[in-house]
Amino acid sequence: MAMNSTGRPTAPTGDGLCPDDLKTFSGSRGLMQQEPLLHEVGAPEKCGVDLPDVPEHTARLGGLERDKTIGLPGLSEPEAMRHYVRLSQRNYAIDLGLYPLGSCTMKHNPRLNEKLARLPGFADVHPLQPQSTVQGALGLMAELSDWLVAITGMDAVALPPKAGAHGEWCGMMCIRAAIEERGELDTRRRVLVPESAHGTNPATAAACGFEIDELPADATGRVDMEILRTKIGPDVAAIMLTNPNTGGLFERDIREIADLVHEAGGYFYCDGANLNAIMGKTRVRDLGVDAMHINLHKTFSTPHGGGGPGAGPVVLSKRLSNYAPLPYLVRNGDGWALIEEATQSEAKPFGRMSAFHGQMGMFVRALAYMMSHGADGLRQVSEDAVLNANYLLARLSEEMSPAFDGVCMHEALFDDAFLKDTGVTTLDFAKAMIDEGYHPMTMYFPLIVHGAMLIEPTETESKESLDRFADSLLLLAKMAKSGDTARFTAAPALAPLRRLDETRAARTPVLRWKATDA
Amino acid sequence: MRYLPLNEDDRAAMLARIGVSSIDDLFADIPAKARLDGLIEGLPPHASEMAVERHFTDLSRQSLSAGDAPFFCGGGAYRHHVPASVDHLIQRSEFLTAYTPYQPEIAQGTLQTLFEFQTQVAQLTGMDVANASLYDGSTATAEAVHMAARITRRRKCVLAPGLHPHYAQTVQTAVQGETMDMQVMTPAMGADAGVVDALDDQTACIVVQSPNVFGELVDLEPLAKAAHAVGALLIAVTTEVVALGLVKSPGEMGADIVAAEGQSIGNGLSFGGPYVGLLACRNDRKFIRQAPGRFAGETVDEAGKRGYVLTLSTREQHIRREKATSNICTNSGLCTLAFSIHLALLGEVGLRKLAALNHARACVLADRLDALDGVQVLNQSFFNEFAVRVQGNASQIVEDMAKAGVLGGIPAARLFGTGKFDDVLIIAVTETNRDEDFDALVATLAEAL
Amino acid sequence: MSKLYYTEDHEWLSVDGDTATVGISTYAAGQLGDVVFVELPEVGKTVKKGEDIAVVESVKSASEIYAPVSGQITAANAALEDAPETVNEDAQGAGWFFKMTISDAAELSGLMDEAAYAEFTKE
Ligand SMILES: Cc1ncc(COP(=O)(O)O)c(C=O)c1O
Repeated sequence: MAMNSTGRPTAPTGDGLCPDDLKTFSGSRGLMQQEPLLHEVGAPEKCGVDLPDVPEHTARLGGLERDKTIGLPGLSEPEAMRHYVRLSQRNYAIDLGLYPLGSCTMKHNPRLNEKLARLPGFADVHPLQPQSTVQGALGLMAELSDWLVAITGMDAVALPPKAGAHGEWCGMMCIRAAIEERGELDTRRRVLVPESAHGTNPATAAACGFEIDELPADATGRVDMEILRTKIGPDVAAIMLTNPNTGGLFERDIREIADLVHEAGGYFYCDGANLNAIMGKTRVRDLGVDAMHINLHKTFSTPHGGGGPGAGPVVLSKRLSNYAPLPYLVRNGDGWALIEEATQSEAKPFGRMSAFHGQMGMFVRALAYMMSHGADGLRQVSEDAVLNANYLLARLSEEMSPAFDGVCMHEALFDDAFLKDTGVTTLDFAKAMIDEGYHPMTMYFPLIVHGAMLIEPTETESKESLDRFADSLLLLAKMAKSGDTARFTAAPALAPLRRLDETRAARTPVLRWKATDA
Repeated sequence: MRYLPLNEDDRAAMLARIGVSSIDDLFADIPAKARLDGLIEGLPPHASEMAVERHFTDLSRQSLSAGDAPFFCGGGAYRHHVPASVDHLIQRSEFLTAYTPYQPEIAQGTLQTLFEFQTQVAQLTGMDVANASLYDGSTATAEAVHMAARITRRRKCVLAPGLHPHYAQTVQTAVQGETMDMQVMTPAMGADAGVVDALDDQTACIVVQSPNVFGELVDLEPLAKAAHAVGALLIAVTTEVVALGLVKSPGEMGADIVAAEGQSIGNGLSFGGPYVGLLACRNDRKFIRQAPGRFAGETVDEAGKRGYVLTLSTREQHIRREKATSNICTNSGLCTLAFSIHLALLGEVGLRKLAALNHARACVLADRLDALDGVQVLNQSFFNEFAVRVQGNASQIVEDMAKAGVLGGIPAARLFGTGKFDDVLIIAVTETNRDEDFDALVATLAEAL
Repeated sequence: MSKLYYTEDHEWLSVDGDTATVGISTYAAGQLGDVVFVELPEVGKTVKKGEDIAVVESVKSASEIYAPVSGQITAANAALEDAPETVNEDAQGAGWFFKMTISDAAELSGLMDEAAYAEFTKE
């Protein structure tokens, strides 16, 4: 027999224990690679792009040629790949695990949608090409509008808004324009906003020049109807109501609220961030809404991309359709035309919200998502989203304290009562979830609940995934109650970094790299 | 349905655990009158990946894409070559499917790239600091105007004659909710210096674009001096940031705030969005505190390791609510990453060469067009975009060229409305244009005249 | 000698004749957590009781400071701009926000004294 072996061990031989504080020479830890700043790894002379030579020409820069260096670092392509792949590994993501951020609808992002958004007829067309050459792109916008109108039952849709907050502004500006046309802009000053509202709602109403009047919640977590009645009056421009609200509850009195506002001559703006709970179960029109934005990056699954981009089309009632901003689509024979100037318009657009027509890349993804689901699937989405949330609500209530009684919609809200006297705060609890491999839920929002924890699993989690998540949280809650405080206050211990000093960041802001730091 | 993992057994078991008998029990709060019993009307049932892909491919084919034609459109959106690695990297799950980095311990990837992005933007614009992005250049301009009004506590704003009309309209729309005195100067070529005459001690800011909407480069220095002399701010706008590789930065010329469209770097045309709004300003606490949007900042963790967090958030809507500096929440996160990666691949030498190449190619084409009968280049100066006067109606000429398969620029009337510059065509040239494209443009234009 | 008053918005004012020094209470500073920024009123500004004239910020909150009485701002504690932590370290001393004249001494009568404020912040 010919022996051919280097004789190295092929099964572990040690005791499997490793010192907790194993220090490495490189600063990297196994798969967790250390990665300095771009400006530290890059260099001005490095380049990852090959460009042809610059042809002979007489410069026409009007004497404004740059004479100073910029100081930009460069990287070759392999270096760039490493830099960014290493950094990517320091992020949590939906594709890694359950991402229960309430109000954010972190659902699976189908990759088909990414592929389709890159088709040249959408990705490689210019917003100001002759309209005759972009009929496919305009057709897609028209189809998206049709779907949004069908789902909500509303009369029209404005596509320009670039995110939810931009959509709020669009809807509120339509309302403002309608009030102005009625000659009541000086007298209708007040916008009612529940205390539980997302911060963008009051910020938007203020940006439109309105005064904000806060509405408290009642004991069930919904608009306090008694107080609402006292606040309704001829000076009310609108109510901005989120439904389902930010506590994950359907506003049962929503039709009465709409009637009250309408009778007083005001409008009903609905924050549609939580549309994921009600698609195919009710139509927004039937709730009495005048305007509502839809976060395509939530309900319709366009990826969040670490903070954006999004898209926030706004559906409008007949009373407001006329004020939709420029540009907008109209039928033109067999095709479509964009109305880009107020002078071409028979309507009364309140203005222009941005340079071009909206977030085309998001439109493609959202429409692909809708078509993939169809009428049956979209209803199933909402049913499963609500089922998943209620399942977690039921299971987690064994150890955690739900903020309100009864069932919820697509997200379950807890307060910190179960942590009382444990020395563990909502923040500590959330950070301990990181050690368990989960992204924390939304914390300290909505503001109407002490130490709020808002959990939104979405419909794209399996039962097994929900069970594992619930098991982990129940165990954490038990540990907190049993006095294992250190585990929480020191958390996270297993993330790439420990808790960060946000006070220092705010007191002495360092917002960019500077050469002297090197 | 491929995106929904629950099956009927799961659903039944879960309903039982919740303690309700049917799914509709969970929707009982919906008023009976508003409940939808059947399926949503007018929509088809779910569709396979193959079917959806087919539908979109058909739709895509109904447009003439820039890559399939000699292409010369600019006007605030530019077609540059984006390296394949950029698109690959931004599709990494960890970047693509992450939310806003509110939990810094598990979002250092996003936060560090934002910090790098802010640094690159600050360097490129010649400013001290930059934020983590806004929606696009036009909304960034509107935000800059709000910011200037708050900083100076003044209400008057002058929009220069060379500002992109869609930007001007965006600003005018954005200030409707407050009492601003907007002075929109009549659009004209080469008249940007005229803003000086509109300045007075009530002026919060002047908004000047360079290269301007006609492609003309504007010397901002005298404008900054004049503005500063009366306590006003200069907001410099750029829609083509590649220019900053070759021309003096607005910071160098005295701008106080820069609002720019960053699409040119890393991001495709995408029919107008998503793009990436850049906002940079001086390192002055008054400025930073009035700035809109997010900032990533450096700090350390409990163990003393360097890390990044979102900071100075008390300006933002989630804390300041109706007193926030802006209502923006979601921004252009992934587009900033594309921008940052592309700019990292270019680096100093790459960007400078790219800019030089754009300018040189534009000079070559401008000379060829100027030599045509019935065509006159109007610019004194330009970077990669210039305006020509054509004999005839530019909109019609552009349509005719499109029929011949050439996307030959933007008729100024598309931006300004008909009647003002009907015979002006705005032409942009980038590194993506080949000599053959020039030949095609010259030939079809000569034909269409 | 100066006399100390408190408002229900957790501001203290130390009154000496017709001028007052104003800040936030030690209790409030503790509740806010690490103060990261203080926006001070403009010196010379005439203010009405209850008007919001300054802001104190922690990392995750921004709280308005209201004029505790009517009058005119005569000084602002510029040292806080670079050292906001002073508010945490010495809220009722070096952490003062501004000084003002008092235009209507009668407005003082609605304010709390030390004992009343201690009672007010119990629980
Ligand atoms: C309830 C609610 N309203 C509005 C918004 C704002 O949406 P966007 O971030 O897209 O601007 C959000 C999202 O963060 C939200 O959760």
